[in-house]
Amino acid sequence: MKKNLIEVNNLEKYFEVSGGLFSRKKSIVKAVDNISFNIPLGESLGLVGQSGCGKTTTARALSLLDPKTAGEVKFYNNKTDSMESIDNLEGDELKEFRRNIQMIFQDPYESLNPRWTIKDIILEPLNIHNIGNLDDREEAVAEILKTVGLTPSENYLPRYPHELSGGQRQRVSIARTLIMKPKFVVCDEPTSMLDVSIRISIMDLMLKLAEDLEVSYLYITHDLAVARYMCNRIAVMFNGKIVELAETEELLSNPIHPYTKRLISSIPVPDPSYERIVYDINYDELDEIIAKHGAEEPMVDVGNKHFVATHDVKGLI
Amino acid sequence: MDNKNTKNEKNIRKEIRKASINKNWTLFKQSKLGVIGLGIVVFFAFLAILQPLLFLTGVWEESVYDPVVGYESEKVTLLVVKCPQEYPTEQYETKNDCPAKGEVNSVVIFNPSVKVGDYYETSLQPAPPSSKHILGTDSLGRDIFSQLMEGSQVAFILGLLSATVGVALSTILGSIAAFFGGRVDAYLMRQSDLVLMLPFLPLLFIISAFVELQVWHLAVVLGVLGGLGGSVITIKSAALQVKVKPFVDSARITGGSRMRILFSHILPNVAPLALLFMVFSVTGAIASESVLSFLGLLNIDMSWGLMIYLSQTDGYIFSGMKYWWLILPAGLSVTFLAGGFYLVGRGLDEVFNPRLRQR
Amino acid sequence: MNENILSVKNLNMHYETISGNVSAVRNVSFDIKKGESFGLVGESGCGKTSVAMSLVQLQADNAVISEGSIKLDGKELIGLSESELRTVRWDGISIVFQGAMNAWNPVIKIGEQIREAIREHYPENTKAQNIEKITELFSMVGLDQNIMDRFPHELSGGMKQRAVIALALSCDPKLVIADEPTTALDVVIQDQILNEIKKVQDLLGLSLIYISHDIAVIAEMTTTMAVMYAGSIVEMGPTDEVFKNPKHAYTRLLLESTPSVVGDKKKLRSLDGEPPSLIGDIKGCTFSPRCPEPTDDCKNQTLEMKLIEISNGHFADICCVNCK
Repeated sequence: MKKNLIEVNNLEKYFEVSGGLFSRKKSIVKAVDNISFNIPLGESLGLVGQSGCGKTTTARALSLLDPKTAGEVKFYNNKTDSMESIDNLEGDELKEFRRNIQMIFQDPYESLNPRWTIKDIILEPLNIHNIGNLDDREEAVAEILKTVGLTPSENYLPRYPHELSGGQRQRVSIARTLIMKPKFVVCDEPTSMLDVSIRISIMDLMLKLAEDLEVSYLYITHDLAVARYMCNRIAVMFNGKIVELAETEELLSNPIHPYTKRLISSIPVPDPSYERIVYDINYDELDEIIAKHGAEEPMVDVGNKHFVATHDVKGLI
Repeated sequence: MDNKNTKNEKNIRKEIRKASINKNWTLFKQSKLGVIGLGIVVFFAFLAILQPLLFLTGVWEESVYDPVVGYESEKVTLLVVKCPQEYPTEQYETKNDCPAKGEVNSVVIFNPSVKVGDYYETSLQPAPPSSKHILGTDSLGRDIFSQLMEGSQVAFILGLLSATVGVALSTILGSIAAFFGGRVDAYLMRQSDLVLMLPFLPLLFIISAFVELQVWHLAVVLGVLGGLGGSVITIKSAALQVKVKPFVDSARITGGSRMRILFSHILPNVAPLALLFMVFSVTGAIASESVLSFLGLLNIDMSWGLMIYLSQTDGYIFSGMKYWWLILPAGLSVTFLAGGFYLVGRGLDEVFNPRLRQR
Repeated sequence: MNENILSVKNLNMHYETISGNVSAVRNVSFDIKKGESFGLVGESGCGKTSVAMSLVQLQADNAVISEGSIKLDGKELIGLSESELRTVRWDGISIVFQGAMNAWNPVIKIGEQIREAIREHYPENTKAQNIEKITELFSMVGLDQNIMDRFPHELSGGMKQRAVIALALSCDPKLVIADEPTTALDVVIQDQILNEIKKVQDLLGLSLIYISHDIAVIAEMTTTMAVMYAGSIVEMGPTDEVFKNPKHAYTRLLLESTPSVVGDKKKLRSLDGEPPSLIGDIKGCTFSPRCPEPTDDCKNQTLEMKLIEISNGHFADICCVNCK
């Protein structure tokens, strides 16, 4: 039984939206509506969904950027060999904890400070947490640049972000994120703004680093094909809820939830001779599952580590 | 090995810096207005530096050319006449012909012992431009050109000092408002609104009534008034745009403190806009000074505004082109230098705002 | 006249910038038959949008077409005056821009904006006629009639995109250029829109140029395709031919670097480096620095680049034809 790195239970993030200029009524937008999942040590989970499904909100809540409304998040503490809640961390404790969770952003053009040199950008985490002395830090920066494939490092250190290509910038982001050797990295569509031919090299780099440094990813994307390449397991999100969660190949070969089936069948296939048939929505299989396993919230276990949500989605998909 | 790397790094850094300056200069050059403005500013800067140089190298003697206390009189002998009431007469065609060159009207001489037909010796002030004084002298015998150069120094010091104070203030306040939000933001915005509502020049008049304003005081006052006004709102909106960028999130996730994020991330990205404001506010500062001096509200030894003020109090301001050297050089200088800074601002706008570029 | 709706020969276009001339389109030639759907695939900076823009003669101010001919149904487009072009645009050839969802004027209703386009070409139509026309177009793309009275901000991304397609069809063009019409849309919506496009094409007998960086979409939407790299076409031919038998190293890499949800999980290849700078003189094969197996000729940049026919209708750059 593998240890878990992170356990998310009943996470909720609600937003209050005012009804208008003269209305006192506030309506509630449930951006993330009671989701639960675990990520075992060294494994990666893909969070797949379309725009507005709540995946970015989930990412921001987990990386402690925005506060959550409800729910419990536990993180593995290797000193005590147990799961500890990270819900009410403040001050120095919070800062210390921030060494463990990092985030890689989608936009290579906006995720690096345009007025800082590459060297300063990668040094920043070490400076914030006062790691080693200046020489140690500079050495670490040169080392990580080599690891992400930006050599010779002197060519890159004094440069500014606008002088680098999109792919190079993402490598800098990866270097900066991983220099502190975090245990958990949230990746918010890091390759969607890069050219198709470069994506694989970035993804391969991330996979290799995950293996070498024992990092787990929460890989957020709208592209199921990319999630397949990067993740051991995939969670499909729709309307703030996870509708299906399973190991990657199991999900793709045996999808159960109608939304998942629709999603998979809508993806264009790079083969002109392939006859793609779009799934016609029907709720029969879902009703069968509910009849067989019950309707517990948020998801039922249908065996083979495969989970399906049973809440009513008729008419929504 | 490490030394070689760091040396390479430093070399590359120098190269990059040089290339970046070249690129920015090329961009700036594209704006014709900016280049013209820069030329004007450089010209006046040259004038400002020229004056002390002339004194130091002894080309000019201080006693003669000092803009405040220099004095040179040119003595001239004039024939005293009495101008008739009605024209034309056999000697004069119109009223303007009397007194003619070399003559002086008896009514302006207050010495009772001088009679019509006598020769009256007096000093010719204000003197028109001559080889000795290329822009002439004022009514106290002081060299106009020297005054112009002194005024240029004042304009630069005043302009740059007030602009720096103002921009520093508005940048910090705007960034704080954007970053902390909530009550801090609300307070700062109301403060800005208040300052915007106050009429600028009348406020300066009132201040000068209570406090004796010298150049330094004026610079700080202008800076503070400018810095607390509308520019805070603009900088705040720029800072807000920076605040939501992923690299700020990245700094937060890494564990950066709020102060660090404010000063290391937000401020540097707001700086180009602030620089732009700075250049534009120099324009306002120079113009404000000349207005205040013209109204005699400043305690200043010499400035362009003061030159015009003096020509007004001496009664020459409505003399048309007769005493043009008392008014035109100073007036044109204010216009050109203020305008020059504005044009430089326009040129800089092209460098900082890529969307405005032609190519 | 002939069966080609569009005939492009030796199109060369460059942009004049402060750093020099950037050759965006280099010696591009292709023909499109009537009713065909032609795909143009390549990555950012390869020149596909520049080609699209020159086809409708809407290139940027600093873009210069130095050479070449573009014939729409036999009529030469290059060199036409602006007023002559206005009659051709939208009526002969129309375009769905990249990011077209945001091309709507936010303060004018959708219906009015489309009527404006129709009025330009058919000034003698009455308002009622135009409304009827738009209703017809809307039903073709799956939009309800009352959308005409809505403002752009009231519509979702998918609806705006469908309205853009209706706009492109409003003057009965013979050829429609779709430049990445479904980027930024969700996969499910994208699928629906792609279906609408296919349906409309069949219904109206349109010729279509489909531009995308996503080869999966090209595979599903087009019958003929061209692969562009660094401003020139490196491979061109019937879509299933090119997919089955890719000749150019870049095409191969493109095909092998695209992950798929269907089939077995394959090991994917990646491409290192960046596209070359297109400033100044360009000699030889621009892809050779990144080619995994360049020959000496390729490396020395001595080859005179041209397309060689491999099999019926399937062309590829000379270097790769001789390679393996």
